Amino acid sequence: MKNLEGYVGFANLPNQVYRKSVKRGFEFTLMVVGESGLGKSTLINSLFLTDLYSKDYPGPSQRIKKTVQVEQSKVLIKEGGVQLTLTIVDTPGFGDAVDNSNCWQPVINYIDSKFEDFLNAESRVNRRQMPDNRVHCCLYFIAPSGHGLKPLDIEFMKRLHDKVNVIPLIAKADTLTPEECQLFKKQIMKEIQEHKIKIYEFPDTEDDEDSKLIRKIKEKMPLAVVGSNVVIEVNGRKVRGRQYPWGVAEVENGEHCDFTVLRNMLIRTHMQDLKDVTNNVHYENYRSKKLAAVTCNGVDATKNKGQLTKSPLAQMEEERREHVMKMKKMETEMEQVFEMKVKEKKQKLKDSEAELERRHEQMKKNLEAQYKELEEKRHQFEEEKANWETQQRILEQQKLDASKTMEKNKKKGKIF
Amino acid sequence: MGRKPFLPEYWLARWQTCLNNGRGSGEGARGVPLSGHVGFDSMPDQLVNKSVNHGFCFNILCVGETGLGKSTLMDTLFNTKFEGEPTQHNQPGVQLKSNTYELQESNVRLKLTVVNTVGFGDQINKEDSYKSIVEFIDTQFEAYLQEELKIKRTLHSYHDTRIHACLYFIAPTGHSLKSLDLVTMKKLDSKVNIIPIIAKSDAISKSELTKFKIKITSELVSNGVQIYQFPTDDETVAEINSTMNGHLPFAVVGSTEEVKIGNKMVRARQYPWGTVQVENENHCDFVKLREMLIRVNMEDLREQTHTRHYELYRRCKLEEMGFKDTDPDSKPFSLQETYEAKRNEFMGELQKKEEEMRQMFVQRVKEKEAELKEAEKELHEKFDRLKKLHQDEKKKLEDKKKSLDDELNGFKQKKTAAELLQAQTQQAGSSATLKKDKERKK
Repeated sequence: MKNLEGYVGFANLPNQVYRKSVKRGFEFTLMVVGESGLGKSTLINSLFLTDLYSKDYPGPSQRIKKTVQVEQSKVLIKEGGVQLTLTIVDTPGFGDAVDNSNCWQPVINYIDSKFEDFLNAESRVNRRQMPDNRVHCCLYFIAPSGHGLKPLDIEFMKRLHDKVNVIPLIAKADTLTPEECQLFKKQIMKEIQEHKIKIYEFPDTEDDEDSKLIRKIKEKMPLAVVGSNVVIEVNGRKVRGRQYPWGVAEVENGEHCDFTVLRNMLIRTHMQDLKDVTNNVHYENYRSKKLAAVTCNGVDATKNKGQLTKSPLAQMEEERREHVMKMKKMETEMEQVFEMKVKEKKQKLKDSEAELERRHEQMKKNLEAQYKELEEKRHQFEEEKANWETQQRILEQQKLDASKTMEKNKKKGKIF
Repeated sequence: MGRKPFLPEYWLARWQTCLNNGRGSGEGARGVPLSGHVGFDSMPDQLVNKSVNHGFCFNILCVGETGLGKSTLMDTLFNTKFEGEPTQHNQPGVQLKSNTYELQESNVRLKLTVVNTVGFGDQINKEDSYKSIVEFIDTQFEAYLQEELKIKRTLHSYHDTRIHACLYFIAPTGHSLKSLDLVTMKKLDSKVNIIPIIAKSDAISKSELTKFKIKITSELVSNGVQIYQFPTDDETVAEINSTMNGHLPFAVVGSTEEVKIGNKMVRARQYPWGTVQVENENHCDFVKLREMLIRVNMEDLREQTHTRHYELYRRCKLEEMGFKDTDPDSKPFSLQETYEAKRNEFMGELQKKEEEMRQMFVQRVKEKEAELKEAEKELHEKFDRLKKLHQDEKKKLEDKKKSLDDELNGFKQKKTAAELLQAQTQQAGSSATLKKDKERKK
């Protein structure tokens, strides 16, 4: 880490970031889930100090449906120069039927469809400013039975904890005494741990003060809340609360309920972190599963462990390279076989040729020998003939001479 | 810079404009009034805290000829001595050397990367000088794109190496831009935020400087070079940014040496005729550069790099690879469809290649077979001919033999006949002699 001597000015970067973020404005999507009558709309109105749900825009419990619907309302709220587009997603009909099997499915589908929208927008060739409509937080309302979680509660949270930040709340906490509430909270946390449900966890900070605060909050989980649309006067103060014959349960009184803790945590300190966890964990989970399914289309799943670190395109590139190598190998092999066969054939031809040649030579020699023999014979014959002819000539001559002599003798009369 | 607004009416007016402009996230949303302080006005603070905890990162590319004081300027800007030896002029090509430093000012941590072009402008033939720079910038974009496309990715902890600002150092000739400058800047202006600066501007007099700046600006405009404009859309900084835009290109002087002026030590360059103070706005635009580059617009430079330059690179790259946003019927593709289509195309290609290779081989085999068959046929023909020849010879021999035999036989006959005759004659003769002898005896 280099120490700077003198002023440079990048310490102003945070201000630049601040300025730009205010200009851009903020978005947040909050989902509320729970049976009807648990005070969800009232709580939202109390949280945001506005009549999000009113006569004109009734809350989910007023809009009872036959099947679970997932509906959203968008409002634009401004405070201190900061603009927030708040989307509240509610689920009228959740848990209200006699048979609530799969009532979480529409919720899962909604969350996934928002992820899909974001993924498609992010993957376009021409990208524009992408609105972030993903669900950043899900407040799950637990009925204040005082006993423990219902099977539906467990089932829902187990199915959603990998997709969204789940914050369980004990609704209508003003029906529990502090002791009952303590026990209830302990029981719930025990069951949450037993079922390995991952509720939203506060990030660790290096700041000691903050760590202390966070530990305090963690001890209070799940938060027990009370909401109210009505402002009542108590000891000269105007407070939101619920008026009972025996007193007023104040919404923002820390001793009455954990509402302030919830509001501080949800809005004032951890809103950004909820968005970050949604983006960096839940969305990335969704995305990598989706892309893995697309890339490893029809390919053996066990081979894919190492391939997840690449992009689908890099994957295809590698497959292409592998294929090129395979083809090269095939080509060399085929080439080799080809050469070998050609050599064989050529050799055969050569042998054949040599053999024929040899035989031809043989026959030629044979013929030549015969010729020679014949020559000899003729020569002999000629000689013999010549000799005999010479002999014959001599004989002839002798005969001739003899007859001549006889003639002579005859003439001489000597002879007879 | 105050964080809380001073003038509520001012902010109110802004909200109205925002509402009227109907920005993306506000579309379809109804405005509701708040009856108290909710507390989400801390969102910017939350965001800032997160950023500060995460740390910032900024990458500067310095392009300019050797000896224009790039390293010195970096040292002066960031008030520290960065590593490196001054380079010689004998580099064979343009290389890019990058160094990363971790700086801290107050509670803000900055990972600063300074990339220097070594050897720029030193070669005789400078036609390819810009290429290695463009390649470097593209490589950083590519690395980010690859990370972004991975199946399992870690974008939030990725060390961003994309160049956020390119300081282009112009030689203080006082006349005009060199053609190398124009060519290079033209190649870079769609890839990076270019901030042209006149280096070693203490070599130019004030009047020459004004003319020089005008000339440079007009040359840039007439050649269509897009340099970075400080943003004027945010009212808080619009005024100062638009004023500064008019001072571009900044004429700077860098120095790491300190000189005592009055009772302070200031960074300056000491000449016999006076001292050029780096941070004196009358002497040079160094302070303006620092204000604009670091104090006011660093975040905007990062944002522009990501949303404009990087997006352009990404779009081109994806289009190159054949990705489209809509199918032939103009229905938008979902990611799944896109990838599946790509994959099928890809597999089809591979299959085709394989087929082609096989076919080629089959062809070759056929051809070779035909060749060898030809050769075989020729061989057989040859031997048939030889055989025939041989047969002819044999026949001739046979004939000769026969004729000889005939002659022999003839001769034998003759001989036998002659001998017979002779024998007869002899017998006759001998009998005649005998007769004679007998007669004589009588």
